[in-house]
Amino acid sequence: MPKPFITSSIGRKYVMAVTGLILFGFVIVHMLGNLQIFLGQEALNAYAEHLEDFGALLWIARGILLTALVAHMISALSLAIENKNARPIPYAVQDTVQASFASRTMVMTGLIIFAFVIFHLAHLTFGKIHPEVYSLMDAKGRHDLYSVVILGFQDYRVAGTYVLAMFFLCLHLSHGISSLFQSLGLNNVKTQPVFKTAAKLIALLIFIGNCSIPMASLFGVLKPAGGF
Amino acid sequence: MALDSKIPQGPLEKKWQSRKFELKLVNPANKRKYKVIVVGSGLAGASASATLSELGYNVSCFCFQDSPRRAHSIAAQGGINAAKNYQNDGDSVQRLFYDTIKGGDFRAREANVYRLAEISTAIIDQCVAQGVPFAREYGGTLANRSFGGAQVSRTFYARGQTGQQLLLGAYQALERQISLGKVKMHSRHEMLELVVVDGHAKGIVTRNLVTGKIESHAADAVVLATGGYSNAFYLSTNAVGCNVTAIWRAHRKGAFFANPCYTQIHPTCIPVSGDYQSKLTLMSESLRNDGRIWVPKQKGDKRAPGDIPEAERDYYLERKYPSYGNLAPRDIASRSAKEVCDEGRGVGEHGRGVYLDFADAIKRLGENTIRERYGNLIDMYERITGENPYKVPMRIYPALHYTMGGLWVDYHLMSNLPGLFVLGEANFSDHGANRLGASALMQGLADGYFILPYTIGDYFATHKKPKVSTDHAEFKKTEAEATAKIQKLLSVKGKRTPASFHRELGHLLWEYCGMARTEAGLKTALAKIPVLREEFWKNVNVMGEGEDFNQSLERAGRVADFMEFAELMCLDALERKESCGGHFRSEYQTAEGEAKRDDANFCYAAAWEFKGVGAKPELHKEPLTFESIHLAERNYK
Amino acid sequence: MKLKLRVWRQKNSTDRGRLAEYNVDNISEHMSFLEMLDVVNESLAGQGIEPIAFDSDCREGICGMCSLVINGIPHGPERGTATCQLHMRKFKDGETITIEPWRAKAFPPVKDLTVDRSAFDRIIQAGGFVSVNTGSAPDANATLIGKNIAETVMDAAACIGCGACVAACKNASAMLFVAAKVSHLALLPQGEVEKKARVENMVARMDAEKFGNCTNQSECQAVCPKEISVEFIARMNREYFKASLSPKSEIKGED
Repeated sequence: MPKPFITSSIGRKYVMAVTGLILFGFVIVHMLGNLQIFLGQEALNAYAEHLEDFGALLWIARGILLTALVAHMISALSLAIENKNARPIPYAVQDTVQASFASRTMVMTGLIIFAFVIFHLAHLTFGKIHPEVYSLMDAKGRHDLYSVVILGFQDYRVAGTYVLAMFFLCLHLSHGISSLFQSLGLNNVKTQPVFKTAAKLIALLIFIGNCSIPMASLFGVLKPAGGF
Repeated sequence: MALDSKIPQGPLEKKWQSRKFELKLVNPANKRKYKVIVVGSGLAGASASATLSELGYNVSCFCFQDSPRRAHSIAAQGGINAAKNYQNDGDSVQRLFYDTIKGGDFRAREANVYRLAEISTAIIDQCVAQGVPFAREYGGTLANRSFGGAQVSRTFYARGQTGQQLLLGAYQALERQISLGKVKMHSRHEMLELVVVDGHAKGIVTRNLVTGKIESHAADAVVLATGGYSNAFYLSTNAVGCNVTAIWRAHRKGAFFANPCYTQIHPTCIPVSGDYQSKLTLMSESLRNDGRIWVPKQKGDKRAPGDIPEAERDYYLERKYPSYGNLAPRDIASRSAKEVCDEGRGVGEHGRGVYLDFADAIKRLGENTIRERYGNLIDMYERITGENPYKVPMRIYPALHYTMGGLWVDYHLMSNLPGLFVLGEANFSDHGANRLGASALMQGLADGYFILPYTIGDYFATHKKPKVSTDHAEFKKTEAEATAKIQKLLSVKGKRTPASFHRELGHLLWEYCGMARTEAGLKTALAKIPVLREEFWKNVNVMGEGEDFNQSLERAGRVADFMEFAELMCLDALERKESCGGHFRSEYQTAEGEAKRDDANFCYAAAWEFKGVGAKPELHKEPLTFESIHLAERNYK
Repeated sequence: MKLKLRVWRQKNSTDRGRLAEYNVDNISEHMSFLEMLDVVNESLAGQGIEPIAFDSDCREGICGMCSLVINGIPHGPERGTATCQLHMRKFKDGETITIEPWRAKAFPPVKDLTVDRSAFDRIIQAGGFVSVNTGSAPDANATLIGKNIAETVMDAAACIGCGACVAACKNASAMLFVAAKVSHLALLPQGEVEKKARVENMVARMDAEKFGNCTNQSECQAVCPKEISVEFIARMNREYFKASLSPKSEIKGED
């Protein structure tokens, strides 16, 4: 008797793909939003405040993201456990023909990214990493996210953590973005190389985009507002 | 004992129709009360198991491989013939019938062959309905090609994997019946003995190849679809597991063995590269369309082929058969290769090979055209030999490929032992002394899908025998025999492995009972085989235990049966003092070196009755009568 | 050639198994890999050591019976080639070669290098067929099938059922095997009728047999002796999703 779609092997791959796509979308939007830091203090702080104006919508979006994240992780871990059990005795000699490093380390990179998300929330949402600068206000009385970010990244340990995390994210996405099309059944011989190359390219762009902020802060390209 | 072939009366084209009407039926509700054992899961076995089960019988199917899908039918490359006449090129049932019986050198039963041609069309329909992906034309209709020298295009094919696709079709039908609980599949089981109760086949004794357990299985009828015996020759194009055991053990229990000397040799195989060789690989004959076959004129000329000038090469087929040249029929091409190698002009490390050279074709057509036509074959050759045929000529040599002989069966495919049916390559019925290309698949499926399912019902309806269970004394006795034989094999603890005996037997048969046979050679073989067999039983070394997964024990049992069978094959070859089809006796040839039949004295099927190991078997002759065709001589000059 | 073999020896399914080392000599580079093992077995028998059990039958790359993971790669280093057609000239003199069986929970060990692949048969039993009884077929040309479709179908149908895909997958997933059969039959008009029930039942069986799941690494495609494309896995995913959208009454297969 077939299992319900959502609990079957392929069903859970669909869950992985759909939630992965949502999270990927978030990564893109999040990056584009953050890159406004290069437009200056006013742009970023206004954007941050503007986001808060969405109110209920923002909470719905956060709900969807959280659900996607949880579903992505539950599916991944349940599949990973099954996968582990599917080969109780490992090979004495392990080798692969062509499987990419990224594809072989998805669970690890995923868990690292999850840990990073917690760190990132603690850092810039809850202000737990540098509490002394988190309460800064700008001239218009808004939370001065602009300065908080730049000051935070002037700590090379924080900047380093972010860059490292982005490396893992990039790795995860380089397999994940093309893989999701395969899981959704939208792949064929013609599209396969396109998806593969595009995935790697997009992942790289995300890496560059996201790393540009901590790097620019660390090396003084971006400077906090006021006299800090 | 008189052999009753049960050929129906009436005109040829009405025989099967009228017989189908005469056959007694089993009431649908009663079919489930009958159990049938099918041994073998190739085209014949799988198609029979599936079809009998669809009809309502209970079926137990056995194969020695790990899955029924592995049976050696899977390796057939070329295609399957059918008189569909889709190409509008003049094909018909009558023509397929005639080509097949002529190809068999008039040593097959007319009625059987006609029925085969008649059924051929339904096979294609059935296979397409199962999802067999035959090659198609752009318009979506089925594609055909001409094969094996046929003058019409009647061969259906699925790339070079026709056997695989047909077998998977039958396998899937079988698996469907297994899932419905109607067929019980026993993989990794080898049949060791046939159980005969009151003259009727009532079951088998098997060995579970994983646990080594000897088991009895009772049924109302036993069907053997266990393939041919090419592996008696050690090296052949057959799978390494193919063996004669099932039909040989049935023969020992009373089933007659017919025409064992009819063996087919394929001219274009990759030559033997060393003693370790375990099998030979066939390459499609189509290579002869563009390749030229030659050997050096000089004996023992060890120069590289490129260094041998044109004038010092002997294109012997073109020389001897100017009109057919390199396309001379299989047996002629094979024998000629053997002759030049026997003269010491063979090529390759061991001198057992001839060149098949594409240099001229490449010059004329370009390498790309040759690549398009034969690319996959050439790649395969390169993978196996490490040589590049675009640069150096291929080396080829003939190899055993198919065996036309087998257990004697009547028109119902039942052996002389009532209740024992034999299908496919395991029987002797349809190919006479030589099989045409693309006909083996046709016969296997005809037997399994469309003949046995009719005729087995008649046996059940007309032989109301009491049921026999495995508690019957005959089962106990047969089980004990099988166990004793295994114990004996394990207890010898000699010095030689079963494989080394097999290799020696194979060399002997290839030498004396191969492509060209002589009275003196066959007598030599008949003197040497018993000696070798005796040594086998004194000096074989079978490692391991009986109640275990033990591949050397499996091998030993099969070799033991080949040892006994080989003697019968040589005897049959000796007694058939004529040349016909795959059986070439050097004493009987025309001035042109053609096979010379002796229709006056040998127009019969030779059915041998077992009289004990080493004892001379008794010959029963089934005369072959031809009502609708005229016996003609082949000529390929 | 001289070789050092490290071969997995396991008495039976309950034995733990271990790697045994054998030094072998006089190996010709023209031998196939299995012929090399034949020769080793002959010499082991001479030394009173039980020969190494391994599966093989046709030895021409089509029956799918041979297996062997050679230095970590199912069917060894040559692409598009089954172990039986792999030749020793692909190895170096003096090389150490590690030979292991297919390893997967769904392929329990039998002895040494042989495993039980009957899970594949059970997956076919779940729906890998067209439900047509003998005798009920229409004329073969009654249904036209485009040449391109026939070619794609043949690409999928070429599967030899060896299980290398499972052996190569880090998750021991059988997706490529199942997808090849699902695609072969779903693409043909003859198989289309039952395609929803087929994919649902075959996938359910695959899951129940404890194969792992696909993580889209394409190692299966890389080791497949018939080089079957992972494109068919995408097709199966698609078929499975479509089947899941259909009302159950439309799906019901034979039960």
